[in-house]
Amino acid sequence: MASLSQLGNGLYRGEVSLNIVGRRRTWYLISAILIVLSISTLGVQKLNLGIEFKGGAEFSVPLAVADDSSVTKARESVIAAGETPSSVTVIGGNKVRIQTPALSTEDSNALSAALATSFAVTESDIKVQLVGPTWGEEVSKNAARALVVFLVLVAIFLSIYFEWPMAVGALVALAHDVIITVGIYALSGFEVTPASVIGFLTILGYSLYDTVVVFDKVKENTKDIYGGSRATYSEAANLALNQTLVRSINTSIVALLPVLSILVVGVSLLGVGTLNDLALALFVGMLVGTYSSLFVATPVLCQIKERQPASLALAKRVAARRKGAVETPATKPVLASGISTVSAAGPRQQTVKKTRSRRSGH
Amino acid sequence: MAKHYRPGRSLLLFTLGLIGLLVWAFLPGQNHSPKLGLDLRGGTQVILAPKVAAGQSLGQDQLNQTVAIIRQRVDGFGVAESEVTIQGSGDTAKIIVTIPGETSRTVVDQLKTTAQLNFRPVVAIDFGSPQPSASPTPTATATDASSTPSPAPSAASSETPAVEATPTPTPTISVAPELLVPPIQSIDASGDFADRFASLDCSKSEILNGATDDPTQYLISCEKDGSYKYVLAPADLVGTDIESATAGLPQQGAGGWQVELLMTTEGAKKFATSTQSLSAQQAPNDQFAIVLDGVVISAPSVNEPILGGSAVISGSFTADEARALAQVLKYGALPVSLEVDEVQQISPTLGADQLRAGLIAGGFGLLLVIIYLLLYYRALGAIAVVSLFAAAAMTYFIFIILGRGIGFTLTLAGVAGAIVSIGITADSFVIYFERIRDEIREGKRLRVAVEQGWTRARRTILAADFVSLLAAAILFYLSVGSVRGFAFTLGLITFVDIAVAFMFTRSLVTRLASTKWMNKGSAMTGVSPARLGVITSKQEVN
Repeated sequence: MASLSQLGNGLYRGEVSLNIVGRRRTWYLISAILIVLSISTLGVQKLNLGIEFKGGAEFSVPLAVADDSSVTKARESVIAAGETPSSVTVIGGNKVRIQTPALSTEDSNALSAALATSFAVTESDIKVQLVGPTWGEEVSKNAARALVVFLVLVAIFLSIYFEWPMAVGALVALAHDVIITVGIYALSGFEVTPASVIGFLTILGYSLYDTVVVFDKVKENTKDIYGGSRATYSEAANLALNQTLVRSINTSIVALLPVLSILVVGVSLLGVGTLNDLALALFVGMLVGTYSSLFVATPVLCQIKERQPASLALAKRVAARRKGAVETPATKPVLASGISTVSAAGPRQQTVKKTRSRRSGH
Repeated sequence: MAKHYRPGRSLLLFTLGLIGLLVWAFLPGQNHSPKLGLDLRGGTQVILAPKVAAGQSLGQDQLNQTVAIIRQRVDGFGVAESEVTIQGSGDTAKIIVTIPGETSRTVVDQLKTTAQLNFRPVVAIDFGSPQPSASPTPTATATDASSTPSPAPSAASSETPAVEATPTPTPTISVAPELLVPPIQSIDASGDFADRFASLDCSKSEILNGATDDPTQYLISCEKDGSYKYVLAPADLVGTDIESATAGLPQQGAGGWQVELLMTTEGAKKFATSTQSLSAQQAPNDQFAIVLDGVVISAPSVNEPILGGSAVISGSFTADEARALAQVLKYGALPVSLEVDEVQQISPTLGADQLRAGLIAGGFGLLLVIIYLLLYYRALGAIAVVSLFAAAAMTYFIFIILGRGIGFTLTLAGVAGAIVSIGITADSFVIYFERIRDEIREGKRLRVAVEQGWTRARRTILAADFVSLLAAAILFYLSVGSVRGFAFTLGLITFVDIAVAFMFTRSLVTRLASTKWMNKGSAMTGVSPARLGVITSKQEVN
C-alpha cells in the first residue's frame, strides 16, 4: 500500500513518469491484436445466444446431485414426451437444464409434468421459461436503439463539456471495450442473455465514466499550455495520465472487487445464472475500460490535438526553447518542472503563493 | 466561498433527510422491506404481445380494454399482489403479467385466450346470489331491480320506424325451474344443467373472472356486477358482426346517455333475424345478453325487430357506463389476440436462493472494498466506509418507499446494478481523496487542501456521474423488462452517490480536517505530508 502511495507521489511530481502517450504505437498494437482476435473469434465461433434471443423453451430441474446420468435421463424423458431436446446440460452440480425449440404452452406443461415425474420432483420446483421467436429480436432492437441514442447524446455532451477530439477519443475507447468484451464472450462460450446485454450496457457507462475522469484532468493540465512554451499537448496530457494513474488503479480495484465477488459467489452458489452472465461481462469490460481510458482514449485524443495548428505551433515553440536550453541536464526533470510551472501559471502556483501569504499574515 | 462552507449544516441536513427517509420507510402498518421481483421470490411472469388482424393497428382503447380483460382474469387467480402492466403503446405494446408465488402451470393458457364478444338470447334469468327472502316474489324483484346499480337497458332501432326507447324494467322475472327445463335439457344430457344454474352463486363463482366462451354452446353466466345470473342460448351474433359503437346523447328529444350500434352487412342480417324472434317473446326471453369473455356486460330487451343494422341501446346509463359499454362493443369488432412473448416460472425456493446469493455477493464485495479503503486511505478511508454505509442505507430506504409508492420491484438485475454501484459510489470518494492528496503534495495545509481538493473533485464527480445518469435514463426509456429494472437502480444510486458525496462525505472530511490529530500528520490519517513526500512541509505546518 505504502509503495503505491510512494508511486503516487512520484507520479504526481513527474519524478516517475510513464511515457504512455509517447508509446502509443505499442498500445495501439496491443489493442489491435485484441480486436483482431475478438473479431476473428466471432467469425469462427458464433456467440452462444441464450434462448431469450433464439426463442424456445427452457426447463431447469433442481436435483440433489446432477450428473451425466441425469442428462441421459432428461434427454430420454424429453424424447418420450415427443419433443426434441436442443441442449441438456448440468448446471452447478445440482440442476439439469433442458432447452428445446419453441413449444406451445400446452406442450410445455406436458413436458414439465413428464420431467417432474421422471425426476420425482414437484412440478412447481421446475423453472420454466418460454420465449416467443420474436422476443429476442425485439430485445436486441431495443438495445441497439438505446445504444445509438446514448452514443449520440454522449458525443454531444462530451463535445460541449470538453471538446470534439475528446468525444472522438472517448468513443474510440468505448468501441474498443465493447468489441473486446464481445470477443471474450465468443471465446469463452458463455451464454449471451438479456443479463449479459445489461452487462454490456453497463460497460458503456463505466468506460465513459472512467474516460471522463481522466479527460477532466487532461483538460485541467492543458488549459493554459498554449500561452507558454514549456510542454507540448502530448506531454501535458501524459502528465495528467500519470497523475490520475493511482486514482485509476484504486477505482478499478474498488469497482472490480464487488464484481469479482459476484462471479465467485455466483459460480459457487448458483451455477450459471443472471448474476454470472452479468458479472463476466462487467469484469472483463471494466478491466478493459480502465485500460482504454488511459492507453487508448488519451493517445487518440493527443493524436488529433497534435494535428491542430495551435498545438503544432506550441510544439515548435517548445522545441525551440529546449534547443536554447541544451545545457539543462536531462529531459525528464525539464519536463517535470516545466509542467508544474505551466500548470502553476494557472491557479496552482497562485494558490500556493496565496497560502503562503495567508500563512505569513497569521 | 471556502469560508462560507459550514460542514455542520449540510451534515445536519443530510442526517435529517436520512432520518426522514427511515421514518417514511418504516411507517407503522406498511410493508417494511423492498418489493422483490419475481426472480427473487418466485412466481410467474408472462409477457404478452397484443396483436390485431393484419392491416389493422391497435388503438389505445382496445389496448386498455384488453388489459382490463386480462386484469379481470388475473384477479380471478386470487393471488395477492399480482400485477398487470402495459409497456409501450400501439402495435409494439406489451402486457406484462406477474403473479408471485407458486402458480399453476395452466395460467398462461388462461391468460392468452382471445376474449370474445357474443350476443346471446337470454333463456332464463335469476338473482346472482341467494336473496334474503326465501322465494323471490315478482314484487320483491321489482324493487330489487330498481335498486341495483345495473341499468335495465332496452334496444331500440334508430331507424325511421321510431320506437320509443322506454327502458323496460328488466330483468323482472325470476323463472321457475320448470320453465327452464326444455332448452336446458336439450344441451346437457346429464341433466344437471338446471341444477348447476340453480346452485350458481355469482358472488362466489369464478365465472366473473372470465372464461372461454364457445358461441355455439349454451352458457350459464353472471352479470358483471354479480347481480343476476343467466342461462344463455348459443350466440346469434359475434363481436366481429359489429361495425362500430359510440356512446352519446340522443340527437333529438330528451333522454340519458345511450350507445349507438352499427352492424356490418352480414351482422345486420343476423341482427334482423335475431331481433325478429326476440321481440316476439315474453320477458325475459326478449332480451339478448352482450357477453364479453364469458361475462354478461349488459342484457337489453328488444322491443321491435331491428332490420336496418343500426340500433340504439338506451337505459339509465351514466356517461361513463355508456362509454364503457361502447368500448366493449368496439372491442368485439376487432378482437385482440395475444401472443406469448415470454413466460418465466420460477419456484420460490430458487428465488430465495438467488436473493441469498445476491446478498452474499454484495456483502462480500462490500467487505473487500472496506478493507481496501481502510488500508489505503486510513482515516479518510474510514470516512469513505461510513459514507458507503450511508449510501447503502439511503438506497435501501428508497427501495422500500418506491416499492410502496410506484411499485418499484427489486430484481436480480437490480441487485447486480446495486453491487456494481458500490464501485462507482466509492470512486467519488477516491477522486476526492486523490485530489486532497495532490493538494498536500503541492505543499498545502490540510484544511486548504480539503477545500481546494473538493472544488476540483466536484467538477469531475458531476461530469462522470452525468454520463452514468444519461446511460441509466436512456436505458430506462428505451428498454423493456429486466434491463429497465437495472437502469432504474443504476440511476437512483447515482443520485444517492451525489447526495452522499456532496452533503455527507465532504462535511465529514472538512470536520475531520479541522481536528488536531489529522493535522499532526500521523501515518494513520492517510494524508500525512511526510508520507506524501512533502519534506519541507513539517516546519511549515507547525
